[in-house]
Amino acid sequence: MPLTQEDITAIWLSLKIAFTATALSLPFGFAMACLIVFKTFRGKIVLEVLINLPLTLPPVVIGYFLLLLLGKNSWLGQLLNASGFPVIFTWKAAVIASATVGFPLLVRSIRLGMEAIDLQLIEASRSLGASWSDSLFTIILPLSLRGIIAGSSLMFARSLGEFGATIIVAGNIPGVTQTIPLAIYDYASSPSSGTMALSLCVVSVVISVAVLLLHELLGKQFDRRGLQ
Amino acid sequence: MQVNAEVSGERIGIFGNSGSGKSTLVHCISGLLQPDRGEIFLDEECLFSTQKGINISPENRRIAIVFQHPMLFPHLSVKTNLLYGYKRCRAEKRRFRPETLIDLLQLQPLLKRGVENLSGGEKQRVSLGRAILASPRLLLMDEPLSALDDTLRFQIIPYLMSVSEEFLIPYMFISHSLLEMQLMTERVLVLNNGRLVEETTPEGLARNSMAKSQKGYLNLLRLTSPVDQNGLFSYTWGDNTLLVSDGQLSGSTLFELSSREIILFKKHPEAISARNLLQGNVMEMFNSDGRVGIVLSVHGEKLVAEIVQSAADELNITLGATIFAAVKASSFRRLV
Repeated sequence: MPLTQEDITAIWLSLKIAFTATALSLPFGFAMACLIVFKTFRGKIVLEVLINLPLTLPPVVIGYFLLLLLGKNSWLGQLLNASGFPVIFTWKAAVIASATVGFPLLVRSIRLGMEAIDLQLIEASRSLGASWSDSLFTIILPLSLRGIIAGSSLMFARSLGEFGATIIVAGNIPGVTQTIPLAIYDYASSPSSGTMALSLCVVSVVISVAVLLLHELLGKQFDRRGLQ
Repeated sequence: MQVNAEVSGERIGIFGNSGSGKSTLVHCISGLLQPDRGEIFLDEECLFSTQKGINISPENRRIAIVFQHPMLFPHLSVKTNLLYGYKRCRAEKRRFRPETLIDLLQLQPLLKRGVENLSGGEKQRVSLGRAILASPRLLLMDEPLSALDDTLRFQIIPYLMSVSEEFLIPYMFISHSLLEMQLMTERVLVLNNGRLVEETTPEGLARNSMAKSQKGYLNLLRLTSPVDQNGLFSYTWGDNTLLVSDGQLSGSTLFELSSREIILFKKHPEAISARNLLQGNVMEMFNSDGRVGIVLSVHGEKLVAEIVQSAADELNITLGATIFAAVKASSFRRLV
């Protein structure tokens, strides 16, 4: 199955975007999950709805909103352009699109992991002299690792497949913003490029299987160590 | 819940049924729960006051908790669990050496193990050690024995007792067990429906609860060095000899004897199947919801028997009267 230089760039770009989006979202996802699980405050439901909204909205709609937010006619877009950090139609826009779409999956998984922690463990740590932040890093974080890994894998996999929002804010520029799904879309639009599309589909499957396998292996590792 | 109490002592009990507010009180004292209003003082230091706007955070109160379930951190080893609070205690405030406590609680062989594979009793010992090593000013034991079966419970009680004797940490022991109150406390606050209904001694609590309690009043007898007598254990108790079926040959053993297991006779019976017949004088009588508690002085030792009012009338029991108490050898229950 032949892969062109552009295909290889698309694969590399997909991995780079998915990794960056996941890595950048992780601290925020952890903080949001923590806020939702352990804190009581007004407007909590609104926050939960906002976090989960990208799950229910069509990705194209998300892409369009991001375009309105970051485009050259918005104040934020103008500010970014003026500071020499243009986002729209660059790989950074694809990262933002992937992060927005995958964020609810990340938060949901971390949240599930945190909800499984017995609150008395945190109370025990506080009564033993740990401040809230100390408990966060020594008890909550290690005991949420399973959820963090699950969420990261899901988000990474979701980012690899992101299409709708990405094509709106980052376009489909070969070598610049063209990821695997966008390249497959290009090949599929041309009647003579079926084999090329299939090659990228196989690559996509291989990466996804590798991510899921890694997730399972890490999960088993934690089980074996008796972490949860 | 509303509690207004000022209590001093080293071994305070908080007694009450489920839902009486015991755990809520523990959470408020430790700072894990903020009361709506009021004040909490420890050693004259204000921990919480709505009036003065004071609310010291749990980590700065230095009040450690031993929970009903051991609540060991599952991702840490036994040793790291033990040292969790120790490392967070300022060096000048540390009062105990980990090695001493590890020896006392016999935790040396467990140190490198993960906590998941420990037995219930081992887990609770680690939990106790972890709390002590944080050098708390006050130790809150929130039903630490409730989740354990009888065998494990009586394995842990000597550790709890030796820790309190060795390290002199004042504690509050929360439980709904009269026996635990008798063993572990010197003053008792009784809670009911979120209110403080009584402040008493464990003895007073045991007497008040005699009629309602499933086992009546529990006589606790520490007996030592028995000799074998036809398959029974013969112990010396004051100037008396007691025959016990469930004894053990070595060391000292704590037995409980329910007030309901004692049969009283006005005169010496001619023959009786019970192996223990003790002669005593009535020292005191008390009423507990229609039952009469008879406190007997048996050659220098005290024994409480429970009878109904009509039996007391028939026996015509008066203070100072001589009474015979019969107890079966199998009525003594070995605790520790």
